[in-house]
Amino acid sequence: MAHDPYVLWLEDCNKTCASLVGGKNASLGDMLKAGIRVPPGFAVTTAAYRDFLEEAGIGQAIQKILDDLDVDDVEATERASQTIRQMMAAACIPAPVETAITRAYKELAAECGAPDVPVAVRSSATAEDLPEASFAGQQETTLWVRTPGSVLIRTAICWSSLFTPRAIAYRVKMGFPHDRVLISVGVQKMANSRTSGVMFTLNPSNGDRSTIAIDASWGLGESVVSGMVTPDNYLVNKITLEVIKRTASPKLIEYVPDPDGDRAEIVNVPPERQTALCLTDEEVVAVATLGQCLDHYYGAPQDIEWAIDRDLPVPENVVALQCRPETVWSRKPPVSIARPGAGALDYVLANLLAGVKTRKD
Amino acid sequence: MTTSANGRFPSPFEVPTPAGCEGWEELYPYYYLFSNDRREFEDNRFWFQDGMHHPEPLYPFDTITCESWWVALGQYNTRVFIVPPALGIDQRVLNGYLYITALPVPNENDIGPRVAHFMERAGYYYQNWNTLYDQWVKKAEETVAELKAIKVPDLPEMEDISVVKQGRGITTAYDLLTAYNRAIENMHKIWHLHFEFLNLGYAAYLTYYGFCKKAFPDISDQTIAKLVSGIDVILFRPDEELKRLSKAAVDLGVAGVFKQTVNPNEVIAEMQKSDGGQKWLDELEKSKDPWFYFSTGTGFYHLHRSWIDDMTVPCVSIRGYIEKIEAGQDISRPLSAIQKERDRLAAEYTALLPTEEDKKAFQEQLGLARTVFPYVENHNFYVEHWHHTVFWNKMREFGRVLVTHGFFKEVDDLFYLHRFEVQEAIYDLIASWASGGEARGPKYWPPLVEKRKALFEKLKAWAPPPALGEPPEVVTEPFTIMLWGITTESIQRWLKPQAAEGESKQLTGFAGSPGLVEGPARVITSVEELKDVQPGEILVCPITTPSWAPVFTRIKATVTDIGGMMSHAAIVCREYGLPAVIGTGFGTKTFKTGQMLRVDGTTGVVTALN
Repeated sequence: MAHDPYVLWLEDCNKTCASLVGGKNASLGDMLKAGIRVPPGFAVTTAAYRDFLEEAGIGQAIQKILDDLDVDDVEATERASQTIRQMMAAACIPAPVETAITRAYKELAAECGAPDVPVAVRSSATAEDLPEASFAGQQETTLWVRTPGSVLIRTAICWSSLFTPRAIAYRVKMGFPHDRVLISVGVQKMANSRTSGVMFTLNPSNGDRSTIAIDASWGLGESVVSGMVTPDNYLVNKITLEVIKRTASPKLIEYVPDPDGDRAEIVNVPPERQTALCLTDEEVVAVATLGQCLDHYYGAPQDIEWAIDRDLPVPENVVALQCRPETVWSRKPPVSIARPGAGALDYVLANLLAGVKTRKD
Repeated sequence: MTTSANGRFPSPFEVPTPAGCEGWEELYPYYYLFSNDRREFEDNRFWFQDGMHHPEPLYPFDTITCESWWVALGQYNTRVFIVPPALGIDQRVLNGYLYITALPVPNENDIGPRVAHFMERAGYYYQNWNTLYDQWVKKAEETVAELKAIKVPDLPEMEDISVVKQGRGITTAYDLLTAYNRAIENMHKIWHLHFEFLNLGYAAYLTYYGFCKKAFPDISDQTIAKLVSGIDVILFRPDEELKRLSKAAVDLGVAGVFKQTVNPNEVIAEMQKSDGGQKWLDELEKSKDPWFYFSTGTGFYHLHRSWIDDMTVPCVSIRGYIEKIEAGQDISRPLSAIQKERDRLAAEYTALLPTEEDKKAFQEQLGLARTVFPYVENHNFYVEHWHHTVFWNKMREFGRVLVTHGFFKEVDDLFYLHRFEVQEAIYDLIASWASGGEARGPKYWPPLVEKRKALFEKLKAWAPPPALGEPPEVVTEPFTIMLWGITTESIQRWLKPQAAEGESKQLTGFAGSPGLVEGPARVITSVEELKDVQPGEILVCPITTPSWAPVFTRIKATVTDIGGMMSHAAIVCREYGLPAVIGTGFGTKTFKTGQMLRVDGTTGVVTALN
C-alpha cells in the first residue's frame, strides 16, 4: 500500500503532506514520529475525494448550486446543503478507491487481531486545524464503525460534511472558494476508553503556561467534547508534573460502545462512580506527560483529546486522539509584568510598600 | 470562648484566667502583660498567638528567647534598615502564652522619607551580602565560643590561696555573678546576629515569590522554594553526618552493634570492645562538634534537648541507615541530580516568560533570592541549635550551683524563675556566702517553684485562642506572612472551625509537601512524646523541626498547627517525600491519637475518617 494514492498509514503522514491527508491526520502522523502513542489507523487521501467527485461527475452541479446561493438565507442554505449531500450519497465510490479502503481496513483489523475492529471515521479537512482558521466542529466524526462496508459509507458521509450549511456559510464568509477545499478522512482504531477527555497545555482560566489543565470523564471522549457532562478537572505543573489540584464532578452519563450496533450509546453512570475521580494520580501524570511531550514537540500550547484504554497497563494505556494548537490565549498579546529599568532592590522596595498577599485561593 | 461573634477574636481584656491559674502574671515581667495603662493601644491591635515558636506556655526563664527576638527583629526594621512601611513585632503574654502583633509605621506620611535610608542601607547589605555573610559566620562562631568559654564556678568554703598570692582583688562571688551576666548578654548578642540578615533575606525572597505568583498564578510554594533552595544546606549536615557514621559502621564491620541496641551507652560500651569500634568512636567524635548540637525541638525552650545531650535519636537514625545500606540502597543525597533539576526548572520557567524584560527581571530576582537563601536556611543551625544547646546547658550549670546551696531541689527548677529572678537568687547566694549569714533563697524559692510547677501544668492544659482583637481585612505585613504564615485566609480559617466545634472533621492548611495518604494519627504536643511515634503513623504536632529527622523515616505524613511556606516541617517533608499539611491551626486539638486521617499534601486538606 506504500504507493497507493488513496490511502496512507498514519505513520507515513506528516505536516508536509497536509494537503493530501488534512491537518488532523498530518498531526497524528507527527505525534507518532515524536514517540507519542496514538491509536493505529490510516488516512483516506484528498486524491480519493477528488477522484470521487470527478468519477461521479457532480463537481460542476455542486458549484452551480453554490454559485446561486445567498448564505444569509438560512433556509436556502439548508436546502442547498441537503441537495448536495444527497447527490454525494447517491454517487458511486470509484472501484480503485473502494478497493484501497477495504484493503487498508482489513490490514488494520489483522494488525489489531480483530476481524471487525471498531474504528473511528473522521473528516480531516485541509484547511481545518490550522492555527489561524479553526473549523472545529464543522466536520463529521463517526465512532465504533465495524465493517469495510460501514467504513465506506461513513467515508462518503465525511466527504459530504464539507457541505453542511455551517461549512458552506463559513467558507463564503471567510472567502475560501468551495472547489479549493478538499477533504481527507481518518480511519483509526477506537480506543477502548475507560476514561477520556481533553487537556490544554496551559491553564485556560488564567493563561498560566506552566500548567496543564485536564478535563476527564468516564467512557468515550464525546461526553466531554460535547459538553454533556461536567468533567473532573485536574491541574498539573507542566514543568515538574506535580498534580496541583483535583476537582471531582458528578458525571451522570457516559458514552460506551454499543456491542451490537455501529455507534456509541449513552448510559447512566452508576451512583458509586459518579463523583469518584476518574483518574488515579499516576494516570493524571501519564496524561500530563503526553501533553508535555506534545507541547514541547510543537513548541506552543496545545489542545489535546486523549483516552485511557482499559486493555493496556499504565502508562502505555494513555493515547492521544487529537492535537491542535491552543488558540485563545496564544492569540493574546503577551502581558509583561516587569517594570522597565527596575533593579532587584526596586522590586523589593515596591513589594514592601505594596504589602504582599501570598495566597490566591 | 475562642472567638466572639461577628468575625473578631476576643479582646485580651475579655479572656478569663483559667481556673487555678490565678496569679500567673507573677511569672513574667511587668512589661509583658496586657494592662489598663496601655489598654487603648492594646485593644486596637490584632494579636496572634506565636504557636510557631512558642506553642507551649512560656517558662519564666525561657522568655529570654522571645524577649531577645523582640528587640532583635524590631530594631533591624525600625532603627537599622528603616524598612519604609514596617516597624517591629510587639509582644505580650496572656495566661502564659505569647501573643504578637506587627506594628506598621503609624503615620503614612513618614513612609516616604524612610525610603532613601532603606535604599542606602538595605542596598548595601544586598550588594555586599556574601562578604557580610562570611563575616557573620565568623561572628556567630565566636559568639558560641565565648559562651562555651564562660566558667561557672561554685563558691568555695575558702578562696584559693592564689587570690592572696597573686593579689587578685576579686573573688568567686564576682566570677559567679559576672559569668551569669556574660551568659545572658551572650544570648542577647546571638539574637542580634540572628536578625542581622533575616528581615532583608525574607523581603528579597518574598519579592521573588510575588513575582513568581504573578507570572505563574498556579506555581506552588514548593516549586518556588525548589528554584532557590541551596544544594549544600547546613541544616541537613547533621543528618549527612549520621549517614557518614552509618557507612563507617558498615565499613569497619561494627554495624551489628546497632542491631543489638540503640541505647547510646550500650552502643558506646559495645564499640569500646573492638578495634573497629574504637575507630568508629573516633569518627563519632569528629561529627559531634558541632553537628550533634542539634536540637530535637525548635531550640526555643530549655526542654528541647539536643543530640549531644541524648544520642538516642542519632542511634535510631543510624540503625535505619545501616539497614538501607545493607539492602543495597544509596543513602547519599544525589547532589548533582538536585543541582541539575534546579537548573532545569529555572531554565524552563524563564523560557515561559513573555518578554525579555520579564526574563531579566525574573533572573535578577531569582539571583537575589538565591544569594539570601543560604542565610535563611542556615541561620537556625548556628543560633537555635548550636548556640542554644550550649546556652541551656550553661544555665543548668548555674542551676547546679543553686541546687548545691539549697535554693532548688532540681537543676531545671531554675527555668521556673525569670532571668531577673535568677540574678536575684545568685545575689542572695553570694551575699550570704560573703557575709557568712543565712540566704533567704532556700526557704523562699522551693515552695515558689512547687507552686509555679502546678500552675504551669494548668496553663499547659489551657487552649489559647489563636488570636485576639479585631483581625485586619487583609494581611499585608510581609514578615507576618513569611515567618508565621498568617494570611487573610488563615485568619478566616481560625474564625471558622469554632462554629462547628466537636463536629469539625476537616481542616485546611498550606499544602506543604505533595501526596495523599491515610493512616492513624499520633498527636504530639511536646518533644518528649516523640519517642511514642509508631511506624506508619501520621504525625500531628504544633510544629516540627529538621532534627526530628529520624521520626520522618517512620511516619507517613505530617500535620502541623502552625507554619508557613518556609516552615521547616514543609522543607523536611519535601526532602523525605512525605505529604505535609502545614498551619491547620487546630490539628492537635481536633484530632486524637489513633484516629484515622486522610492527609492530602497537595490540596492542604486533612480529613478525619472516623
